[in-house]
Formats: sequence, C-alpha cells, structure tokens
Amino acid sequence: MAGYVAKRVAQSLLALLGVSVVVFALIHLVPGDPVRTALGTRFDQELYEVLRARAGLDQPLVVQYFDWLFRALQGDLGVSFRTGQPVTEALMQRLPATALLAVSAVLVGLVIALPAGIISAVRQGKVSDYVANAFSQIGVSIPDFWYGILLILLFAQTLRWLPPFGYTSLLEDPVDGLQRLIMPALTTGVVTGAILTRFVRSSVLEAMNSEHVRFARAKGLPQRHVFRHHVLRNAWNPIVTITGLQLGTLLGGIVVVEVVFAWPGIGRLALTAVERRDYPVLQGAVLLIAAAFLIINLVVDLLYAKLDPRIRSS
Amino acid sequence: MADDPILSVRDLHVSFRTKRGLARVVRGLDYDLHAGETLAIVGESGSGKSVSTLAMTKLIPMPPGQVSGEVWLGDDDLVPLSEKHLLHYRGRRIGYVFQDPMTSLNPVHPIGRQLTEGMRYHLELSDEEIRERAIDLLQKVGIPSPEKRLDDYPHQFSGGMRQRVVIAIGLSCDPEVLVADEATTALDVTTQAQIVELIGRLQDELGMGVIWITHDLGVVAGIADRVLVMYAGQVVEAADVDALYARPRHPYTVGLMRSLPVLGDLERRDLASIPGLPPSPTALPEGCAFHPRCAFRDDDRCATEAPPLRDIGDGHLIRSFYEVPEEIAQEAAAEARIEIEPPDADDVGDAAAEVGSRSGRGGET
Repeated sequence: MAGYVAKRVAQSLLALLGVSVVVFALIHLVPGDPVRTALGTRFDQELYEVLRARAGLDQPLVVQYFDWLFRALQGDLGVSFRTGQPVTEALMQRLPATALLAVSAVLVGLVIALPAGIISAVRQGKVSDYVANAFSQIGVSIPDFWYGILLILLFAQTLRWLPPFGYTSLLEDPVDGLQRLIMPALTTGVVTGAILTRFVRSSVLEAMNSEHVRFARAKGLPQRHVFRHHVLRNAWNPIVTITGLQLGTLLGGIVVVEVVFAWPGIGRLALTAVERRDYPVLQGAVLLIAAAFLIINLVVDLLYAKLDPRIRSS
Repeated sequence: MADDPILSVRDLHVSFRTKRGLARVVRGLDYDLHAGETLAIVGESGSGKSVSTLAMTKLIPMPPGQVSGEVWLGDDDLVPLSEKHLLHYRGRRIGYVFQDPMTSLNPVHPIGRQLTEGMRYHLELSDEEIRERAIDLLQKVGIPSPEKRLDDYPHQFSGGMRQRVVIAIGLSCDPEVLVADEATTALDVTTQAQIVELIGRLQDELGMGVIWITHDLGVVAGIADRVLVMYAGQVVEAADVDALYARPRHPYTVGLMRSLPVLGDLERRDLASIPGLPPSPTALPEGCAFHPRCAFRDDDRCATEAPPLRDIGDGHLIRSFYEVPEEIAQEAAAEARIEIEPPDADDVGDAAAEVGSRSGRGGET
C-alpha cells in the first residue's frame, strides 16, 4: 500500500509539472504582446515597461519558465495586469466560496443520486426506475442557469424567503451564509445529482448481476445482507470515482452558476480574467483548478485502493 | 441405494416471460437422488440443466421466472415456499458450487469472511467454533496452512485454489445435496481432475448426494452413478452410467458422444458435431424437439408427434421413437469413455500439484 501511495503521489506531481508548462505557455501562445493587448487603448509606455519587466517577459523563455515555476512554488503567481493585486491573494479570496459551493453541490447531488440510483437499479423496469431515469435525463439536458433563475423567481422574488444572490462567509455570518448558499448549491446539485444518478444506477446494476452475488444468494444469506455486503459494497468503487471527478469538474467549472448568483468564485474570476485579458490571473486560476483536480484524483485513487484489495497489492 | 431418495424432483417446469413470448426452459423434469449418489445432468448450453437446479431453491429471477412441479427435499416440498423460508434450504441443505471460481467469489472480501457468512446464519455456533470449522473445511479441500489464508483475498489464490474455496463454501453447512454446476469447466485439465477427485472423496466422507452438471460426457463416465441427458428442457435419455456407456440409445446422446475429442486420436477423424443449433425455448419445434437436428430420423412421425419418455428396461429411459443402431452407438460410446485420471490422493493437500504438469497416475496406485 505504501508503495502504491508513493507511486500515485509521484505521478500526480509529474502531471502537475506538465500542467505548469502548459499554463506557462499560455501567456506566450497569445498572439502579439500580451501586455500590450492587456493595456489595449489605455496604452502607456511607462506602465507597459513596468508590467513587462514585472512579468519577466524580457528574459529568455527557459529562464522565464524556471523563474516563474520557482516563484509559483513559493506561492507567488505574479500580479494582476488590471488591479495590481497579487494573483495568489486574489485566488485565496475566491477559493473558499468555490470550494464551499462545489462541496455543497456534490453533497446535494449524492443526497439525490444515491437513493434515486439505488431504487431505480433495484426496481429496474418498474415505475420508480422510469421516474428516476426521466429525472436524470431532464436534469442533464436542461442547463443549470435555468434552474437557478427558476429558484430565484420562486424563493427570492415570489416567496421572499432567500436573498437572490451574493455570498457571505459561513465563518462571518453562518445564518446569512447558509441562506445565500441554498439556491446556488441546489442549482448545481440538481445537475450533479442527475449525472450521478445514472452512474449509481449502472454501478448497482452491474454489481447486482455479478456472479458472486448469485453465489452469495446460493449460500442462503438474507437479501439485505447480500445487498449490503455484496452489491453496495462493490458498487462503491465506481461511485467514488465519478463523484470525485464531478467535484473536480465543479471546482473549475461552475462559471455560469457563479455568474447567475453573483458568487465570488474561481470560475467567475477566470471568466473576468479572460474578458480583460488579465493573463497572470488566468494562469493562476488554471493552475489552481488543475492542481485541485489532481489532488482530488489522488484522493479518489487512494480511496479506491482502500475499497479494492486487488489495487492495493498490485 | 434402495433407501428413500434425499431429493425427488417431480414434473418440474421452469419458464421465463420474455418479450418474444414464454420461454419454456425446463419442461417436466423427474428424478431422484439418493444419499452418496452422483447424478450427472448432461446437455448443451441452454438445455435447462443449470436452470433446473437453480430453480429448486428459486435462485433464478422471479418474476420473470416461474417454477411449478414438486421438489421434495426429505419431507419438504420447496416449490411453494417463500423466499424467506427458502433461505433455510439454500446453502444449508442444498449447497452450490458454480462454474467460474474467478467470479464466484467477491473480490473485495477476504475468503474467510465469505466462507463463514453462510455458517453464521445457518449454524448455531460461536465465532470461535465457526473459525475452527472454517479452518477445518479449508484443510479438507486441500488449502495448505488454512489458518494463515483466512484473511487473504480471492486474487491471492490460483484458479484451482479458488475453486477449492468455493467447494468449501458449498459444503460449509453440511448440505444433503451438493450441486456442482460446471464446477470444473473453467479449470485446466490437471486441476479439473483434482477437483473431480476432491468432490468424490468429500462425498464418500460426508455422504451427500451430488448433482454434477456438465456438457462434457467424458467427465461423466468416471464420476456419475446415473446420467440424465437433457435437450430443450427435457430428459431425452436417462440411465445408470454403465448402461449408458455400454449402449446409448438416443440419437442426441450418441451425437454428444461423437463430438468429444479423443485423446491421441485426433488425426483419425474430424470432430463430429451435431448439425444445427438447439431450438429457442420460445419457439420449440413440433413433434420431437430434437428432430430438426437428428441424423437418424426415419419418417414424418418425429416431426408431428412428441415421443414420450419410455422405459426400455432396468431404468433406462429414452425419449425417442427410434433407437440408434447398436453398432454405431457402441462405437460412439467407446470413444467417449475416457476415464478421468485422478491424481494421487497425497497430492491433494499439496499446492505444488496445482501448478505442476500432469504426471499421470503412477504404476503403484
């Protein structure tokens, strides 16, 4: 097991190094001079020189990369072209909001998907299966901002139970923070739940139809015992994997929902950075999202090894 | 074997509702099994041989499956019993061993746990007694140093060793009947012989009746007391093993025997096979179910009239109007009758035998 952990950690670090090259290249793939493009019509020679030197663009590429990497390792991702704010600081301000939303959405998704997927697998071909299937079909086909708008109309506009948008840290004001979390978390969670439902269903079905389940039944074990120890226990592996992937995707990709609810997350920060051609911020956001994805994947793989003895010993 | 049978199956029917209509998979099966007896049920895939034994304790999906008839285990008829009551028979009184040891065991649980979970439900023993019994069972089936292997996972065992574990599970609650469903099909020849020998020895020791399901008439010759040949959900020929190999009568049995490869004799003739495919259980042919593939049919009677199962003496039953001519039948049977050579009994506890090459029986045994 220790060997497996070491191997996976090393792989993740290597992947992260690869990502860093791509992220670094980003700023150089932009046609023309990124600083000039960023400054646009407000061009000012002095400011241009300062920003260029600060971004290290006057150095050879390799030197620039290692310089950038070395500083990135120390937590220095440069400063925003637009605001002059250190990128790391901007990211750290946004990270808690995104992490909170992503984790809440996955929890909402699991609360929906576990019962829906399990029931639909167990009652395959029955009415509840069709209902669950219809839910997941509709859930994945309708874009999430639509649910967001519906929720705002209902809970904020009509019922006036919840504030329509904005973010408050749970640490500062738990009640207000929670109230503002509900709608974005539901919006994202419904879609996540719809996706997860299909995976839960197919994982449980696959486990149910495996030969060892028939053999477990042939031992005369009660149905609930067979279901718990031979169906669900084996269905966990794929469910854990896909849930982790969903969480990773959400950390970088809740852009639209963040915009609808004015949620100050990484996705919106990246979107704004693209719009304003604020490359250091964009680099930082991409790097953070990729790193988060890799870490989640690592955790998933370690969990997987915990769940499946065959991986542990290989 | 004049005593009362431990298992009596009477007019067993199993069918499944499918989109293409009712699939009649087992159509009126009758047999008795006595303590210590080995009954072989032989047939191609889809002949209903496996389903008929799974259906005894309703290990088939119900619905769409449906079971009728009688399955007497001692004084109890299992057919009308509910799922809850059947739990007392599955594993407890009828043990099962399935085909593929790679998939019968759950990969995420240690084998000790899989071996004991049935005992925990069925036997009133303390944890310590169950553990001792588990070690004892693994010892019996020839797993070396079993107390050290209880916490190992299935992937840490070879295929043959896994099948031994599966057999230990099948026997764990001391069943009266053991169903070995293609129990050696997935194994290599050497391991097959060891498993055959092992089940035979355990049967002598424990006195249970064994139902041996296989498509391989070659295996049957060495182990069975009585043989049922099934085709399209029905018995087409049933006889004591010696009678069957002395003179098979049914065209299908002869066809099966002729399709066996003969060791050292492969150049002499091509493998004969029965032309065509078994009929779909949703669209069985009129008349004799086998007539479209039969190489011996004589007339239109086969195509219109279903032959009854008739006794031609000494409990030899055939479901055919015509018998295969004696000369052809005996030739086919002689070729098919390759006795399985069991390894030396001492080898059974020896893990090395599992991977070693087949050394033959040796002169002195």
